[in-house]
Amino acid sequence: MLLRLRRTRRMGGKGAFSSLLLLPAWVFLGVFFFFPLARIFAYAFDSQLLRDPRAWELLRKVFGFTVYQAALSTLLTLLVALPLAFLLARYAFLGKSLWRTIVNIPFLLPVLVVAAGFNAFLGERGWVNLGLMRLLGLAAPPLRFSGTLAAILLAHVFYNTTLLVRILSYSLEHLDPRLEQTARLLGADGPRLFWYVTLPLLWPALLAGSSLVFLFDFTSFGVILLLGGAKFSTLEVEIYVQGVYMLNLPLAAFLSVAQLICTAGIGYLYAFLLRRAAVPLSPRAAVSNLRFPRRWYERLFLSLMLFLLIVLFLLPMLSVPLRSVLRLEAARGERGEVRYGFTLDYYQELFTNRRASIMYVPPLQAMRNSLVFALLTILFSLALGIPAAVALRHASLPARLSDGLFLLPLGVSAVTLGLGFILVFGRAVASPLLVPFAHTLIALPLVIRTLQPALASLPLRLHQAAQVLGASPWRAWWAVEWPILWRAVLTAAMFAFTVSVGEFGATLLIARPEYPTLPLAIYRFLSQPGGLNYGQAMAMTTILMLFTGLGLLLIERLQGGESRF
Amino acid sequence: MRRILFLLVFFALLAISACGPRPATTPIAPPAVSPTASPLPAEPTATSEPQPVTLTVMTHDSFAASEDVIKAFESANNVKLVFLPSGDTGAALNKAILSKEAPLADVFYGVDNTFLSRALEADLFEPYRSPLLDAIPPEFQLDPQHRVTPVDYGDVCINYDKAYFAEKNLPVPQTLEDLTRPDYKGLLVVENPATSSPGLAFLLATIAHFGDPGYLDFWRALKANDVVIVPDWETAYYTNFSASSGKGPQPMVVSYGSSPPAEVIFAEKPLEEAPTASLIGPDMCFRQIEFVGILKGTKQRELAQKFVDFMLSPTFQEDMPLQMFVFPVNPQAKLPDAFVQYAQIPQQPARLDPTQIAANREKWIQAWTDLMLK
Repeated sequence: MLLRLRRTRRMGGKGAFSSLLLLPAWVFLGVFFFFPLARIFAYAFDSQLLRDPRAWELLRKVFGFTVYQAALSTLLTLLVALPLAFLLARYAFLGKSLWRTIVNIPFLLPVLVVAAGFNAFLGERGWVNLGLMRLLGLAAPPLRFSGTLAAILLAHVFYNTTLLVRILSYSLEHLDPRLEQTARLLGADGPRLFWYVTLPLLWPALLAGSSLVFLFDFTSFGVILLLGGAKFSTLEVEIYVQGVYMLNLPLAAFLSVAQLICTAGIGYLYAFLLRRAAVPLSPRAAVSNLRFPRRWYERLFLSLMLFLLIVLFLLPMLSVPLRSVLRLEAARGERGEVRYGFTLDYYQELFTNRRASIMYVPPLQAMRNSLVFALLTILFSLALGIPAAVALRHASLPARLSDGLFLLPLGVSAVTLGLGFILVFGRAVASPLLVPFAHTLIALPLVIRTLQPALASLPLRLHQAAQVLGASPWRAWWAVEWPILWRAVLTAAMFAFTVSVGEFGATLLIARPEYPTLPLAIYRFLSQPGGLNYGQAMAMTTILMLFTGLGLLLIERLQGGESRF
Repeated sequence: MRRILFLLVFFALLAISACGPRPATTPIAPPAVSPTASPLPAEPTATSEPQPVTLTVMTHDSFAASEDVIKAFESANNVKLVFLPSGDTGAALNKAILSKEAPLADVFYGVDNTFLSRALEADLFEPYRSPLLDAIPPEFQLDPQHRVTPVDYGDVCINYDKAYFAEKNLPVPQTLEDLTRPDYKGLLVVENPATSSPGLAFLLATIAHFGDPGYLDFWRALKANDVVIVPDWETAYYTNFSASSGKGPQPMVVSYGSSPPAEVIFAEKPLEEAPTASLIGPDMCFRQIEFVGILKGTKQRELAQKFVDFMLSPTFQEDMPLQMFVFPVNPQAKLPDAFVQYAQIPQQPARLDPTQIAANREKWIQAWTDLMLK
């Protein structure tokens, strides 16, 4: 061991005050989460099912695959995200903030569109297959994509890399470079340096990020349904099928409870590991150790990573805007090549209400609604999340209890919660104010999990030192901890924004036609046949991508301090 | 300091835009009607008229109507219509059943014959016999007690890519049995009945034709003939079907009888002819009939009745085809040209009794899943 890392003991004494900080989040979750869930379970749960072997058999069958694909997806996401985070945290290169934004966008794309994007790229008549067919003179497409496990895994990596990269690169940027320098001086080479110094320091962030990614994969719905095809089923998909198509609410409730128990379990496991692993050190507020890749292996690393970014993120994503300005010339029934023509018709059509429908959605208005909902979501989730994350630092009993429970909203199926909402809120379920609240429900766990590792690596010593020097607790927090936390808060805000703009399920749960959002408008187009509808969906998605890309770039600018190239 | 400034600017921006999302400029716009939780103050209305009453209509997500048609009803009856799209048919029905004690709406539109028994069992609706029902063919009137009233129907049929069959000189299948012939190997894409309502409708058509358990043999043969199964209509149509904009690999898809006219109406360039057509052989299509019902507990019984009458009136009935791509049940309603030209109506659609569907839905879907997805 090159370096012994001292672990400071957490304070247990300030429990009463810190528990108070948990109150707002608890009240919020109580009203918008636990109460509706309790109501729907009380309504639908049937204890007979617990003795029904068929229910257990179904659970066993679905549960196995759910865990299997989630574990595999998380592992793959880690493999992609870790080097990417290193690249973004340690190196300066051309167009870096643009690349950063590109990694961020997948997280908010509607699954239907992602499926269409991947299919246009890798599907049976996608560009890759068409190219290979022409190149090798094949009669049939060589790659099978949709309906395979590979498609599910690829889409999960595509979606969730953002999360891990964000959380990891934040931690990497804030590591004290002197630790690594010292280790180097003491003779540690690359791998040993990574294994004995960087990795232990990165552990809290790795845990936080992977547990979130695992949860997202664990409760994945759209990806499994649309890209996995009809063969694969997870708990979340089965809850939907039982609840909506079989109208078997008791069985749906039974499966929901199982899913929630697993979610809480994952939450507590994470909290337990984090408490053992967090190493408070003096973090650095700003980062000064960015460097240009100069040596050959650094350049190779950069090129490899950029190649990965292009293939994994840029190309599937680009197929959507490309499709929004391309008309496919009807070589109908021909299984070979398709001709393309340029058009702006889809965009023009977006702005006309051709059928004079009351359900018509003007794009600007959808954008404005999405923006307002997103800003409200940021506000709510930060207001609830920051105090909660601060309180979670302390090892008080309420904090320990909260740790796992705060993750639960990620583990509930929209179908179940939506029905609970109706039981609790009655007619008020149609109020547009419920939309940002529903988004906050999903954003809050992300916000807390983003702030937690940042706070966990913040030594209480700093705070105590400020107090010894005469600062009030409030002032010590504002002057010492806030400047260090600031960037983590912005990262959290970015997640809240992303969740809100891309969230479709919650909006649908309670949406009013007068307050359409961008994702809602996209689904409306895709649910009817006709080339114009398809093109408009692609055009609307392109607008969504640009709109959020700009939003994310703006938040990134706010982070300041970082070198921009 | 600069960061704090940014923060201030950010929250200022937030405050500016936080005056609430802007409602659409549609006649249904005014904010929540419910006295319990109206987040925004009600808009001032015309001074001379008394305050319009609100009628809330719960629907599935596919509901649409023309602005002026809705407006006409509103001004004629001094009412504000509020529509609550509540998910697809099953989800919307679930919500209506759950909120039975304190109904979210006055009227529920969109329950179809595959879910009808379930809705009637749940005792959601107040009986009402509209005088306009006399004009509606009895084949659509599935509830003799008139708790629900038929509004529209649509046929779930297989659409095919006309160009493909013409080019290959391949005759189109005439019966369900034809689909299992080697000529059509790998050419058909269907939706999973466990996750898609046209998928379920097509499964019901095969059950109506082959009976239970005969339908399973047919599906076994289809499986051997490389039928492609996808989870939902969007994927089937836009990703797999060769005549849609997705240019997929299969020239036959389970879709709707109204899809061919939709292809013409929403064509990128004006088309002389529909690129697709439906297979309407005997029992090849399943007829979905959609109903409207007055929810028990409404305080607007009279207005709700007027709305049901309105839905059966030629004005609304003629508006439906181009808005929702369904057919009116009222034979007096004139069909739009595109429908007359490109939509085919099967002479002998498959039929199943709603009570039979309700009793066996789970069993049939399960057996299908066990056979096809294993």
